Amino acid sequence: MVDVPYDAIADAPPAEVPEVELYHPKSWWTQYVFSQDAKVIAIQYSLTATAIGLVALVLSWMMRLQLGFPGTFSFIDANQYLQFITMHGMIMVIYLLTALFLGGFGNYLIPLMVGARDMVFPYVNMLSYWVYLLAVVVLASTFFVPGGPTGAGWTLYPPQAILSGTPGQDWGIVLMLASLILFIIGFTMGGLNYVVTVLQARTRGMTLMRLPLTVWGIFTATVMALLAFPALFVASVMMLFDRLLGTSFFMPALIEMGQQMKYGGGSPILFQHLFWFFGHPEVYIVALPAFGIVSDLISTHARKNIFGYRMMVWAIVGIGALSFVVWAHHMYVSGMHPHFGFFFATTTLIIAIPTAIKVYNWVLTLWRGDIHLTVPMLFALGFIITFVNGGLTGLFLGNVVVDVPLSDTMFVVAHFHMVMGVAPIMVVLGAIYHWYPKVTGRMLDDWMGKFHFWVTFLGAYLIFFPMHYLGLQGVPRRYHDLGEAAFITPNVHTLNAFITVVALIVGFAQMVFLFNLVWSLFKGKASGGNPWRATTLEWQTPETPPGHGNWGKELPVVYRWAYDYSVPGAAQDFIPQNQPRATPALQGAAP
Amino acid sequence: MVVAIVLLLVAVGSVLFHIYSPWWWTPIATNWRYIDDTINITFWITGAVFFAVIAFMAYCVFRFHHKEGRQAAYNPENKKLEWWLTIGTAIGVGAMLAPGLVVWHQYVTVPADATEIEVMGQQWSWSFRLPGKDGRMGTTDVRYVSSDNPMGLNPDDQHGQDDVVIASDDLHLPIGKPVKVLLRSLDVLHDFYVPEFRAKMDMVPGMVTYFWMTPIRTGTFDVLCAELCGAAHAQMRAKVFVDEESDYRAWLEKQKTFAELSGRSAVKRATYESGGK
Amino acid sequence: MSAIILFMAVIAVIAGWWLSQQRLMAKPWLEEGGIGDFPGTGAMTWPAAKIGLGVFLAVAGSLFALFTSAYSMRMNMVDWRAMPVPALLWFNTGVLVLSSVALQWAYVATRRDNMNGVIVGLCAGGASAVTFLVGQLLAWQQLRAAGYFVASNPANSFFYMITAAHGLHLMGGLVALGRTTAKVWRGAEMAQLRLSVELCTIYWHFLLLVWLVLLGLLTGWTDDFVDICRRLLS
Repeated sequence: MVDVPYDAIADAPPAEVPEVELYHPKSWWTQYVFSQDAKVIAIQYSLTATAIGLVALVLSWMMRLQLGFPGTFSFIDANQYLQFITMHGMIMVIYLLTALFLGGFGNYLIPLMVGARDMVFPYVNMLSYWVYLLAVVVLASTFFVPGGPTGAGWTLYPPQAILSGTPGQDWGIVLMLASLILFIIGFTMGGLNYVVTVLQARTRGMTLMRLPLTVWGIFTATVMALLAFPALFVASVMMLFDRLLGTSFFMPALIEMGQQMKYGGGSPILFQHLFWFFGHPEVYIVALPAFGIVSDLISTHARKNIFGYRMMVWAIVGIGALSFVVWAHHMYVSGMHPHFGFFFATTTLIIAIPTAIKVYNWVLTLWRGDIHLTVPMLFALGFIITFVNGGLTGLFLGNVVVDVPLSDTMFVVAHFHMVMGVAPIMVVLGAIYHWYPKVTGRMLDDWMGKFHFWVTFLGAYLIFFPMHYLGLQGVPRRYHDLGEAAFITPNVHTLNAFITVVALIVGFAQMVFLFNLVWSLFKGKASGGNPWRATTLEWQTPETPPGHGNWGKELPVVYRWAYDYSVPGAAQDFIPQNQPRATPALQGAAP
Repeated sequence: MVVAIVLLLVAVGSVLFHIYSPWWWTPIATNWRYIDDTINITFWITGAVFFAVIAFMAYCVFRFHHKEGRQAAYNPENKKLEWWLTIGTAIGVGAMLAPGLVVWHQYVTVPADATEIEVMGQQWSWSFRLPGKDGRMGTTDVRYVSSDNPMGLNPDDQHGQDDVVIASDDLHLPIGKPVKVLLRSLDVLHDFYVPEFRAKMDMVPGMVTYFWMTPIRTGTFDVLCAELCGAAHAQMRAKVFVDEESDYRAWLEKQKTFAELSGRSAVKRATYESGGK
Repeated sequence: MSAIILFMAVIAVIAGWWLSQQRLMAKPWLEEGGIGDFPGTGAMTWPAAKIGLGVFLAVAGSLFALFTSAYSMRMNMVDWRAMPVPALLWFNTGVLVLSSVALQWAYVATRRDNMNGVIVGLCAGGASAVTFLVGQLLAWQQLRAAGYFVASNPANSFFYMITAAHGLHLMGGLVALGRTTAKVWRGAEMAQLRLSVELCTIYWHFLLLVWLVLLGLLTGWTDDFVDICRRLLS
């Protein structure tokens, strides 16, 4: 076959796509509500995720109150406690972190950082947000249906999830599964945009090795999410069949409340395989954008190029690939064939090596830097500590035999909160302080920011570091009341009460942050276009906040990598990516 | 300056907390001291890495924080250093993984002389079964479950007749004898969890899972459920007594077999009916 | 989980091959310079929609590979009773092949600037795809009439679920095909049609391939094939 070339418009490099290709909002509605501009969609995603995240935060206070002072609060019973932990987990992992990193930061930063005018499929991008919003509404509606939301734990393990011994069995679980299916559909629409924009809409000169690590992290995470979410989709559809049509995909023969059920022959472990085939990559779907963003925060605020950029890129890709062959380390004590333990323990501990390299490179970037202890930098430092801590406890749980006594205890709870709760949230917060000036044109208040950082960081550490030791002592997770047992000593209750008090303080510190967000919008110091003197493209836009189409008349052209900080002999301690090579005459003129 | 000190304090405080923590694992009651040893090795290695990384970071913040006129070094990469760090990390990972896998091999290899016992979970109670004089346990099926056959033993199975059935009561085990604990569930996932034993495994309806152990000290231990199993998950309790051999014998004498519990006539009728089909 | 692992391995090979073309070993800090200094490392020159379709096919492929994995794991349980394959399915398969051929026809016609060929191809492709869907519904009805209900055995449940998933994907394709046909109706130029027709054709071939794999799975041929491979290996 002879290849017929595409028409001229499609064949030209994207930089030369004329402006007429862009969609133009015609009314207030299409500009701010049904907008197809990635920046508006990003803010919509972020606000929705934050709103539902606040619900999850309140849920965490409820369960901490119950754990810290069992029996004191009569309005929390066992059923509600289970519903709280389930909704808290599901919201935080999927509807907050995944949506915020990919839908929020991805939408805002990808087009700006790669030098594109917008995402490549703006209409699909808009749909993505509205389907996500629908998923959130369906999820939130379970609080108001008869029986309330499901209390099956965020892992939704069958048979328990769809039997009557679990709260939310009639409506809660069905709506939860429906909401997940919607989320996945919506995410796929957005994810196609993020991936294709990075592949196809990079501006001239933006080679892959010149991409900021933020884009590398979000891009790789999106690819992983696109491939992993179908596993959750399949699991959800099959469980809906089991629940609504009476099939037996996951349901073995069993007895419910003394009655023999019609189910038979199904495999609960099959669900666990599908769930964790999604669930483990999900950990890295949240972690990789955080890795990328924090690399840029550290480099910018230490005025030094990121140490070992190539290793950082290879590590991101390597972690992304490896994370698909470690899923069963969540299932060491699930009853699967014990010989899988050898394989999955090995792969899991191998993934620690590229992860450790990333940590070394972050601290080596600080070495001999010019460290500005701004709020984003403080959060980056907080991230390193919590991530190192949480990552190292992962080596306990990944090493199959060590996992046996620790699985299903508070050790696990402490571990995953540290590594995929606190650590990514540190990055989210640092990133908001970092990019807020670009989004709004104003700086966030520094004093409130520092207060927010210290309370959040030290508080979160005080919550989750000692919690590991509760688990070591044997305190199981998902217990609304520890009851009487010889190994549950009085000091367990003391520590639980302490953790609760700290958790409430940390929770209220977030209100200061929210106040800061609103207050600075009106009263914050004007930031100018590039307050941090950063090199990457999003700081070089002609307008701040960037206008529709991002770049005015001409797209930027990239001449260098994203980390030209403190280059010897340069006039300034940073050189923007779109600054052409200096001519010899100019170099001579520089002092 | 202050930031560097606080960061260092976090590292030092974590180590001190670890050393002086009153929250620590319960005294072990089985042969799985190896598991505790592996945890200790892991604590040593990860603790050293944690302290080194955070202390180094604190030093960097102290030494290189912004001052007028400071310029950062220009240092894109250092291949040699990165390779050494990679190799060092790989060695550390290997030092944790190798003992882990060796112990896991022991964990999944049941000794030939282990006695089989069965633990069955259901919402929300525990039942236990010991093999009778013939040393074998009979087959079971959910379909056989009824009020006088709570564990669903097959009434036609000869091996099951002398099985000792302990429904909703406490379990006793003899000290020093390896046991293979077979795990079964009637409804949802459960997990037979005794912190002092260290070993555990989920119970999955529709299949039989197992782990093994040898009790090494006498005492009374609480049984909890470690896999979320519904509203009363936290209340699903029982007790395990590890006895000296003589005490164990005395207790065993008092227990009833399946045949005694269900009554001979019931067994005969079932045989007749199935034969009649 | 072998089907999905195999699928992921294929994706990894493709991604690895592409990455290997992108000079990932380069030291970017030494490579200051303008456009054109590093040929082949710029953005992809394919149209965005085509790349988007490629990525979507990877997602859909992952979905069907996971269904396959779940099928093959569940099938080893004792209560599995294989279901007879209705003869109608062979007819439907033939229709789906025709549908793919018709779209290929339309695609070739776009390259030869033959507008009539495009119209014939699109209409025939659409009509046969609709016929396929109706045929699938009839097959469901026959099975139900014969007493093979969705919940009576896991083999049946999988049959209904997987055929439904495939049918829904085809319906999505029909929407795209309908839009393309509407473009022809409104008298669009050939240049504006080429890409749309090509993308529909690619998607149709993909769905045909998925259907053949699923058919192999549902009829048990895949099983026999795997058995033979195993015997050859041992």
